[in-house]
Amino acid sequence: MAGWLRRHRGLVPYLFLLPGGAWLILFFVLPMLIMASVALQEGTLGTGYQLTFNFGIFPEVLGRYDAQFIRSLVYALIVTALTLAIGYPMAYTIAFRGGRYKNVLLLLVILPFFTSFIIRTISWKFILADQGFVLGTLKEIGILDEGFRLLATPVAVISGITYNYLPFVVLPLYVALEKIDYRLVEAATDLYASRAQAFLRVTLPLSMSGVFAGSLLAFIPAAGDYINAELLGGTRETTMIGNVVQTLYLTNNDYPQASAISLILMAGLILGVIAYQRILRGQELTV
Amino acid sequence: MTTDTATSASPAVARRPRRDPAAAILPAFTGLVVLFLLLPIIVMIVFGFNDLRGRFNFTWQGFTLEHYANIFTSQPRMNDALLNSIIVAVVSTLVATALGTLIGLALSRYEFRGRGPLNLLIFLPIATPEVVLGASLLALFVSAGVARDITTIVIAHVMFNISYVVVTVRARLVGFNRNVEEAAADLGADEWTTFWKVTFPLIFPGILAAAMLAFAFSIDDFVITQFTAGIDQTFPLWVYGASRIGVPPEVNVMGTIIFGLAILGIVAWSLLQRRDHLTATPTRMDR
Repeated sequence: MAGWLRRHRGLVPYLFLLPGGAWLILFFVLPMLIMASVALQEGTLGTGYQLTFNFGIFPEVLGRYDAQFIRSLVYALIVTALTLAIGYPMAYTIAFRGGRYKNVLLLLVILPFFTSFIIRTISWKFILADQGFVLGTLKEIGILDEGFRLLATPVAVISGITYNYLPFVVLPLYVALEKIDYRLVEAATDLYASRAQAFLRVTLPLSMSGVFAGSLLAFIPAAGDYINAELLGGTRETTMIGNVVQTLYLTNNDYPQASAISLILMAGLILGVIAYQRILRGQELTV
Repeated sequence: MTTDTATSASPAVARRPRRDPAAAILPAFTGLVVLFLLLPIIVMIVFGFNDLRGRFNFTWQGFTLEHYANIFTSQPRMNDALLNSIIVAVVSTLVATALGTLIGLALSRYEFRGRGPLNLLIFLPIATPEVVLGASLLALFVSAGVARDITTIVIAHVMFNISYVVVTVRARLVGFNRNVEEAAADLGADEWTTFWKVTFPLIFPGILAAAMLAFAFSIDDFVITQFTAGIDQTFPLWVYGASRIGVPPEVNVMGTIIFGLAILGIVAWSLLQRRDHLTATPTRMDR
């Protein structure tokens, strides 16, 4: 074996790739192909499916679920903007003002990962509840109207998703900012740049790799989220495209429609990522 | 050592005595965001001590340790689900770490054809929303007639973790100094010995980091698990199911215990690192 390998050195990397690559082909590529074929089939779970190359299903589901597609896109854009707006100043503070508390602050950022995502979301449901200790108290004092509510509104869903993905945005932003040689910023101010100019023309451009990675890490899962929409929303006005896929697949067993929607979602996201990468020229695709 | 120059450069600006009230804005803002991140965890911990009557753990009704005393007996199905979660996380972490590390090694130290498609194959599962990954795996298992149980969950978790392991291990291998391997070979070690005595110990921290990431992703996964689980439930699935009829306080207690254990682990880990750091001699190889 060892001698054979020595004579065929070129094969060694392929042997390394074989098990992992095979796993990804069997359980990522193949399922995608099967899903594509399911999307083009017609029939029901009871009577069985037949491949009819029903390409009309794509415009059909786009038309039927246009509101949910658009809502997911809008929510994901708002969430991405919010996580960057909250995460950037935070990452900046930790990177440049953190001093010896840097590691403690970073630990605090990832602390939410130490509890289950489901438990945290249920906790938010509890915090935002109509008569919970926050809204209930504010209503009792009279600051809020008795009918005021946050649960089952877009505000709750967007806040929930923002909460969930904020740490994923802070971390790459921190990594990018931390790498910046602060002497460059000092050089800019020595050359009479104002602090705002130094930030906009030195710090911000140098941290774009973090902005790119962070916004993808927020946008992609936000666009496919259905847990926040279900637990914190739960009304027709907050249904996202992920909820549609989940219901069609797991409740209605309407596999062709669910598959078609999944494919559209995935294709849309990949095209979006490529376009975004073009806009922020030169960013690495791999995180 | 880049961190040292960054930290020693920044305090020159940060520590300049300033009367500027604007200087306090960033730290105050960061503190508020940390509070926002920790709020649902604080709620989870506090309400694990709630002496509730009835089914809904929504209002504070008095302090009790009862839920802690009965944690291992009062919700047997929750404990079964937790055990399943641990089994899935351990097995999928071991498999994904092994397969991903092999791919990472191949990518960073061999020249071979097909790097482009391979990079795409690694990147796509990260860029695909979980709901689509789950849906496609369900399509695979249904059309192959495979009964869904804990095995299908493990298969799915290995799949989505391979990419994260590859990315983490590869990042660690980028700065790897191959001279030490050549030195080992010059001193008469064969390739096998060189790998286990030189290469592996040097890249082990990267592999460990990748394994910890994979474990964290696996034990907390909800979306893909919901699509690939049949009769066997994991902890997040059980909590989600319970949330429809009111979350029992035992969930808060178990969440708090897991949170505490994770923090203990981190503290122990950083203490170990500090001790290693103190006892390490300046001639260590990874310098």
